[in-house]
Amino acid sequence: MRREIPLGITIFVGFLAIVSFFSPPLEGLGEDFTLFFDIIAVFAFFLGGGNLVRLHLTKLLKKKRDWGFSVVTLVGFFFMLAAGLFKIGNPGDISASVTAQGSLFATLYYNVHLPLSSTMYALLAFFVASASYRAFRAKNREATVLLLAAFVILLGSTPFGQLLTNWMPGGIDILEIPNLAVWVMSSPNLAGQRAIMIGIGLGVVSMSLRLILGIERTYLGEDRG
Amino acid sequence: MIASGCTAGAERFGSYLKLATLATFLIPIVGFSAFAQENSVVSADSVAVATVAPVTSLVVEDYRYDDGENLALTWVPSIDDQPVGGKVVGYEIFQITDSGEPEKIADVLPGVSSFLATGLHAGASYRFYVTARAETSSAPSVISAALTPHREWINWGLWNLMLTALVVGGSVMFFIETARRGHELFVRKIAGLEAVDEAIGRATEMGRPILYIPGIQDMDDVQTLASLTILGRVAEHAATYDIRIRMPVSRSLVMTAARETIKAAYQAAGRPDAYNEDMVNYVTDEQFGYVAAVDGIMVRERPATVFLLGAFFAESLILAETGNSVGAIQIAGTARPAQLPFFIAACDFTLIGEELFAASAYLSGEPKSLGSLKGQDVGKGVAMVAIVLGVVAATLYALTGAAWLQAFGDWLVAMFTIAS
Amino acid sequence: MGNIGVLVVLLLILGGLVWLLVRALKGKEVERRVIFAFILVAVAAPLLLTITFEMKPTPIVRALYDRIETLPPDSRVLLSFDFDPPMSPEVQPMANAVTRHVLARGLKPVFMTLWATGQAQFNITLTDVIYREFPDLVDGVDYVNMGYKAGNEGVLNVIRTDFRKMFPTDVNTVPWDSIPVLEGIRSCSDFSLIVSLGGGKPGVKEWVLFVGDPTGVPTAGGVAAVVAPQLYPYYPGQLFGLLGGVKGAAEYESHFRDNYPQFESMDTPAMVMMGPQTVAHLVIMAFIVIGNTLFFVTRKKEGRR
Repeated sequence: MRREIPLGITIFVGFLAIVSFFSPPLEGLGEDFTLFFDIIAVFAFFLGGGNLVRLHLTKLLKKKRDWGFSVVTLVGFFFMLAAGLFKIGNPGDISASVTAQGSLFATLYYNVHLPLSSTMYALLAFFVASASYRAFRAKNREATVLLLAAFVILLGSTPFGQLLTNWMPGGIDILEIPNLAVWVMSSPNLAGQRAIMIGIGLGVVSMSLRLILGIERTYLGEDRG
Repeated sequence: MIASGCTAGAERFGSYLKLATLATFLIPIVGFSAFAQENSVVSADSVAVATVAPVTSLVVEDYRYDDGENLALTWVPSIDDQPVGGKVVGYEIFQITDSGEPEKIADVLPGVSSFLATGLHAGASYRFYVTARAETSSAPSVISAALTPHREWINWGLWNLMLTALVVGGSVMFFIETARRGHELFVRKIAGLEAVDEAIGRATEMGRPILYIPGIQDMDDVQTLASLTILGRVAEHAATYDIRIRMPVSRSLVMTAARETIKAAYQAAGRPDAYNEDMVNYVTDEQFGYVAAVDGIMVRERPATVFLLGAFFAESLILAETGNSVGAIQIAGTARPAQLPFFIAACDFTLIGEELFAASAYLSGEPKSLGSLKGQDVGKGVAMVAIVLGVVAATLYALTGAAWLQAFGDWLVAMFTIAS
Repeated sequence: MGNIGVLVVLLLILGGLVWLLVRALKGKEVERRVIFAFILVAVAAPLLLTITFEMKPTPIVRALYDRIETLPPDSRVLLSFDFDPPMSPEVQPMANAVTRHVLARGLKPVFMTLWATGQAQFNITLTDVIYREFPDLVDGVDYVNMGYKAGNEGVLNVIRTDFRKMFPTDVNTVPWDSIPVLEGIRSCSDFSLIVSLGGGKPGVKEWVLFVGDPTGVPTAGGVAAVVAPQLYPYYPGQLFGLLGGVKGAAEYESHFRDNYPQFESMDTPAMVMMGPQTVAHLVIMAFIVIGNTLFFVTRKKEGRR
């Protein structure tokens, strides 16, 4: 029964969601199911948050390796939680907006959280360079085409691309690097992306049918279909 | 006396005559004014009604394929509704329900000749009229006959989508059944999936853990589900070879589902004692906070194998490059086309789009799952044929201008367009 | 002093790359941290030394510029701020640049947004461009902000035929009839130009599908670089112009500054950002060359063995 009930719910809700798309009186069900999921996910956060606290408290109490960082994690977690829950520094009372201007939560968000996120995002600049150095090697024909396309796109995104090729006459101005870069992105690249998306769409259909029909049950903790 | 009497009489007669004359003129004038005043309302109305012409041919029809909450109104605009010098400044739509009181439900601009009445009740009866409005006057149309909006249980306007779903879904079911009956089905080799065993073997040799990242989306994303189905297979191998699995996740529901999956895999491998629920731990929902935590795990614990399977966004390259820097063998897969180039550049093997969804079927080798892959191929075949036909038709039309080619192209587009 | 600094930095980078190339010819691998160091200098130096490059606008950017130039004064232009803070580094500069151009030409912009975050983004343009560079302009007379309306494509469906129905007042609850800028506007068809700024949904594509194409009003867009390729198929048919990413914004700023010398001292954030982008791209290309050199040298050595 432990597996049959969730499977039954999956099959029932799955078919209902498909039917609701084609049946006007049942149209609202799809949105309702999404809302149900959102509510469940919010309550599930207690599990995740509890797991986080338990893990780091254990590390801290048992003085495991790098337990100092667990202190930082726990202090940050509870501090932010308190700031948001008790609306510390918010203009107005406990029912005020959690991100109201002047609140401690908003201060922490804009002055700590956002700069940290931006810093992590900025790492991409370094990793793009190291990945390009390693990946764009002319090992074979396809890799060489990839390499040339990368050069065109990189150069086309700078003023030098225009400088190098703006002497080209009108009839062959498609070969001007900025125009060539636009063509590469809007023709072969876009065509490839669309083909992949068609394949993905069909893969989603196949996967969903396997899930709805109960053929695929690994995610329920059951190995055999 | 007689003279004075005659004179008095004449004078009296004269007075009467004057009075009569006065009355003859006054009475009609007063009477006419009174009549005019009384009828000036009528006349004003008549003039008001006559100032702007009403709409005509008001038709009310049931709106197709709804839950009985809409009725569609169309009319011929007032003849005074002209783009230049027209008197009409707008139209008012009135609705009459069973209670009998008209209620204004909308104002529309001049030039408009249709309106969709919404928020109605299936089974209730409605009548409508449209009033043409000028600056100082208005003219209502004839009230429409009572109409009841109908509820349609099936939206036949989506017939093309139903057909496509039946073809693709039907072929998936057909090949599942075919495979179940023992027919051998050919599935091409996918390098990334062939390498899974090798990657797990590497972890065994090096004595280092496997790091499994199921993406950063929740259980409502089919990519996460696909990732968890692959996790089950990987976990079973890991249990057999006694390799530690590390799985930091960014969603609480994924944490609980992943724990169940790994637990079942360890049980299936006969190693329930080796299972530890701390293999899977929740980090944070926040995208870059999660990336920072995972990068830290990679650098400190130096996993031998990293699986990056699921839905990723901008953090894909950060994760892949960090994994590469610690010398791990990396197998990635995502159905987000924008992130695929990063995985292809930085990882050893990449499952592109649908290969991620095919992975669980591929790894299990189960006939029913493999059958679904063949069904997918039918859908791809239909897409390819439609694309080729459409491109040929559009090219030939550009060259020849033949109307039938344009009609064919339009029909193809309509076949794959979802009607709103 | 600044120019010498720029020259020194560029020479250092060039010298370093040449040295790495020589090492590659000898079969020596480049360490990851060296690559990171070069990228750090390539991104930081142009920002610190404010290295900018003059940019000639590409036809797709030039089309929007020329259209605004040719509109008669007092023409009403609809600008929709459909983006959020993550897209802001790329889209905010182009929003500011287009707004500045429209106001400098004496046109009357009507601002709106389909995104809840769009209003905050417009406030940045209001402060940085309108208040700072055009302090004499009067809200309601020279421009107006209609604010945010929820409903995505539903909003577009309504304003296509009845703009007032969706926006009976402006963002400050001033009634429609009290706003001189809106006189004579009944629907989107009454605008001379529509520019949608943003890259998500609803965005440029929705503006084209629901408003631009049905009404025939000239429509242009300004989007993040990653979104631009998806919109090229609409150019030049349904979308007559498109600013794509920082480069598109920088081209617009550069061209505007060349033609409006009175705005010589204006902020040019996109041009400033093009500095690190240009230098970093060139450095990455150099590393690709070095990597391939190393690859061929190594392959040759292995071939000989």
